[in-house]
Amino acid sequence: MKVLMFGWEFPPVSSGGLGTACYGLTKGLSKKNVQVTLVLPEYPENMKAEFARIISTSMISIKKISTVLSPYMNSRSYLEKSKRAASKIYGDTLFDEVRRYAEAAKKIAADEDFDVIHCHDWMTFKAGINAKKIKKKPLIVHVHATEFDRTGGNGINPYVYSIEKDGMNSADSIIAVSNYTKQMIVEKYNISPEKISIVHNAIDFEQEKDSESYGIKKNDKIVLFLGRLTLQKGPDYFIYAAKKVLEHESNVKFVIAGNGDMEHFIIEKVAELGIADKVLFAGFLQGIEVEKAYKMADVYVLSSVSEPFGITPLEAMSNNVPVIVSKNSGVSEVIRHCLLIDFWDINDISNKIISVLRYAPLRETLSENGFCEVKKFSWTDTAKKCIEVYNQNTKKY
Amino acid sequence: MVSVCFYFQVHQPFRIRKYSIFDIGNANDYFDAQKNTQIMQKVTKKCYLPTNKLILELINKMDGKFKVSYSITGMALEQFQMYMPEVLDSFKELSKTKCVEFLGETYHHSLSFLYSKDEFMEQVKMHNNAMKKLFNCKPKIFRNTELIYNNELANCAEKMGFNAVLAEGADHILGWRSPNFVYKAKTADNIKLLLKNYKLSDDIAFRFSEKSWKEFPLTAPKFSQWVNTVNGNGNVVNLFMDYETFGEHQWEDKGIFEFLKHLPFEILKHQDNEFLMLSEAVKKYDAVEKLDIHNVVSWADVERDLSAWLGNKMQTSAIKELYLMEASVKASGNKTLLENWRKLQTSDHFYYMCTKWFNDGDVHKYFNPYESPYDSFIAFMNIIHDMKLKLKNEL
Repeated sequence: MKVLMFGWEFPPVSSGGLGTACYGLTKGLSKKNVQVTLVLPEYPENMKAEFARIISTSMISIKKISTVLSPYMNSRSYLEKSKRAASKIYGDTLFDEVRRYAEAAKKIAADEDFDVIHCHDWMTFKAGINAKKIKKKPLIVHVHATEFDRTGGNGINPYVYSIEKDGMNSADSIIAVSNYTKQMIVEKYNISPEKISIVHNAIDFEQEKDSESYGIKKNDKIVLFLGRLTLQKGPDYFIYAAKKVLEHESNVKFVIAGNGDMEHFIIEKVAELGIADKVLFAGFLQGIEVEKAYKMADVYVLSSVSEPFGITPLEAMSNNVPVIVSKNSGVSEVIRHCLLIDFWDINDISNKIISVLRYAPLRETLSENGFCEVKKFSWTDTAKKCIEVYNQNTKKY
Repeated sequence: MVSVCFYFQVHQPFRIRKYSIFDIGNANDYFDAQKNTQIMQKVTKKCYLPTNKLILELINKMDGKFKVSYSITGMALEQFQMYMPEVLDSFKELSKTKCVEFLGETYHHSLSFLYSKDEFMEQVKMHNNAMKKLFNCKPKIFRNTELIYNNELANCAEKMGFNAVLAEGADHILGWRSPNFVYKAKTADNIKLLLKNYKLSDDIAFRFSEKSWKEFPLTAPKFSQWVNTVNGNGNVVNLFMDYETFGEHQWEDKGIFEFLKHLPFEILKHQDNEFLMLSEAVKKYDAVEKLDIHNVVSWADVERDLSAWLGNKMQTSAIKELYLMEASVKASGNKTLLENWRKLQTSDHFYYMCTKWFNDGDVHKYFNPYESPYDSFIAFMNIIHDMKLKLKNEL
């Protein structure tokens, strides 16, 4: 089986779960002897040593397309970034860039030999459609997030929506990262449910965890938020809950790791609520720093308004951290040893944060059972399910 | 001769509500009146009333040859009185037939035997009083919560004047022996043991509607055949189960009432079969042997141990915290506090905190009124903290 795969972001150049998911899936596929040709945008600061190590396997080859694309960019941040990268010539808008990427995909599709096309999220959908036209091979689009997740349903970009919908319509099969996302695709994009397979994300459990402790050591309990500071992730609900928790518990610090377009709003809000001394902004973390953040944490909170999957709770659990998870998430479909919340229910979120901090047996039971639960996840299983989807489609061609 | 002994457990806990951290010191209502009413209404309609009616009909039709035993917890009795008095009336009517016996147990369906013998004895007394008051009877047979049993329990039961105790006929306590005889407690001469025939009991209670079971569908003639085979190598067949088996766990449309309706007639077709109330069986048969049981056995799950209630840290710490309050609750003289503290002892609260979900775990999930075991722990502990606060204020 040979797959032409269109990407997005990839470690170490990644700002969120999409890169993590694609990395995990690609590795899983190569373990199942699937040959992957991975088409990636080449960032100016791209391709460090770690990346070379990740893909140094005969099963994966990489094609790069020069671009400054990144999946979570809006037009404004795109313009800022392209100014910084002015030595190269790029399209004028994010959407030009998407078109350029799709054009470049045509040539790659013509040159490459493959059985199936696999695209990840809207930025690569046009590329996938083009490749399908040229080679008449089945197109699978993999939905990690929709415009409705990213915007929380308010002010969706009609152009992005139309690209998403085109991709879904042109696809032979759609892979959704959760039932939650499947329902979204059915309801908001009017796609027949039979066309959609659910393939949950995973985590590769590492046996040898560094048990060393890090950083702020530590009179205070630490509540961690790790994610982009955007509407979708609900950082505002996290700080409102922080305020409420701090009214009842004093020795607690709230750590916010991540950046995004709500960063200023959140910083100002924290000051306005008078909890600035209790909330630490760790900025955008990568690699070992993410690990450190989990190690420090006493409880992890995913307060997303809409989370198609949500890998971070699995990462937290693999670090023995109890997790509190928004019900509007894909990950809540696959884990049981967690506390569930409605993102808008500040009382309940703070009730659960305080309970985890106060009641050691709760913390320990969540942490022990969560750790056992997360051991069962593997990207190889995710890859297996994708291969099933490939097989269903290659038969038709 | 085979004596078939039916014993039905009737119980409903006072489920606690979602009591948050912010309720501590501010809210006095611990129990979820709405949910408790709803569940009582549902189970009354599906199980208690239709089953009581059927049992009464069978007793009348069979001219005193059909007999059963019940154990009804104080928690169920109180909720009948509060929400469904007609259920209580129908039990009273059954009690007048002379074909129904009521057993003794802890009023609060608690695990107090494991944590406080004093509290345990008080609760058994409370239950005795309720039986006297409501049914004008004095229970002679004791059944402990969840059929939890060991030698020490037999000793306690003996002290309290009972003459027999029920226990699970678990393989690991019986070995090669059969549950179909009356036994005796090793450490208490006056206590006979009646052991649950778990295979035949569970055929009705758990497997009745199970399509993948090779004996599905279970019919009254088929079941009676199995009972008949005990003739010649046993005296009693103890069919112990939750009363909610009828209509609630096994649904009417799966034929459970039809089954029950025909079963007594089918069983009595064999001339050597009969039905007995538990104390009749105890009187009729001598104990064949003494059983020496040190480790606690129960009727739950495949393990037949305590792990469903006390298997994780949340469960053990919650119950420990609860019983640590005993002295101060009793010293406070505050009746409401005492009553709430006792209602919190009901074993179901700890069952809801069980996290061993993955095998017989599904049963736990079905009975759990909370989102997760973690949520039930949080609500429970918050209530404990509120009670501690109230105790402090009493001083």
